[in-house]
Amino acid sequence: MNCIIIDDELTARAIVSQLCSKIPELDVIAEFDNAIDAIKFLNQESIDIVFLDIHMPGFSGVDFVQTLKNSPKIVLTTSDTDFAIEAYEYESIVDYLVKPITMERFEKSIRKIKNSTPSNSRPTQEEGNTIDGEDLYINIDRRLIKLKFNEIMVIEAKGDYIDIKTEKETYHVHTTLKKIKEKLPEKIFLQIHRSYIINFNKIIDIEDNSVLIGKNVIPISRSNRPELMRRLNLL
Amino acid sequence: MTETPNLNYIKELSGEDTDFEKKFIDIIKQEFPEEVNTYCHHIEQNQWDMAAEIVHKLKHKFNILGMEQAYGLAVIYEENLRKKDTGLDKDFQEILNHISQYLRTI
Repeated sequence: MNCIIIDDELTARAIVSQLCSKIPELDVIAEFDNAIDAIKFLNQESIDIVFLDIHMPGFSGVDFVQTLKNSPKIVLTTSDTDFAIEAYEYESIVDYLVKPITMERFEKSIRKIKNSTPSNSRPTQEEGNTIDGEDLYINIDRRLIKLKFNEIMVIEAKGDYIDIKTEKETYHVHTTLKKIKEKLPEKIFLQIHRSYIINFNKIIDIEDNSVLIGKNVIPISRSNRPELMRRLNLL
Repeated sequence: MTETPNLNYIKELSGEDTDFEKKFIDIIKQEFPEEVNTYCHHIEQNQWDMAAEIVHKLKHKFNILGMEQAYGLAVIYEENLRKKDTGLDKDFQEILNHISQYLRTI
């Protein structure tokens, strides 16, 4: 697989190049210290993978992704995880590597690319905008933590944050209920209150204007109640 | 800041490839002082956003050199600089000096 490396830091390019050298199938065709030169190159050459730094002065990695048509597969390389969730909204982005990149993580990324095909490398919108349609990656203290949809019980809005509650843990994540709702499969999750999204499969019982999920009593708003009732398999 | 830079990550990455190790050390010895100078220039000129940009680059090198505490400080300092807060400049400069001294020894 032919690849190119785009990063404004020479040290970072040297590291990715070294990682590539350990994978026999990878052939680094060119390196660029800015995304504009890389776009010119890609207009003339056919490339399989782009290793792309997001944080570059002037024309950033995000600008690059938004500009390219018929993009090759893109693996983001960055120090920040802030863009991680957004990244998966771009079809061309297949992975997100946080610096310093380890050999083990790099190999995993390449395996993922090799196992993918153009038609199935990305989930469809119906599958939930996640890597394999069953998971959600959340950003906690610069780490991406994988949560399976069926682990999530309740999601509660807390100002600029949300609390994602599973049976074992509660994760405090900097995002909005509206944003995470777009990532969740509608067949499993339902917003029953302006501050709560619930996993439909985790309901224990429903009483008047509240739902019991685990030990959490979740209020049902008047406007969301009809949709909840419509989806219940009532006897 | 008592944290000591190290080449553990680079050695792990290089395996037995001493050519890569040498090449990488040469690169970081070249790039680090240039970025330090750029940082000092932006601070002197009160160019906080540009200083934040170069802190972003330098923090990656802290990571490469295994300096987790320094990296944590740089993350906060980068955000502070974008709010025109230079309060961590002295601590940051200490880290830069510490790394500069270390790079002279390798």
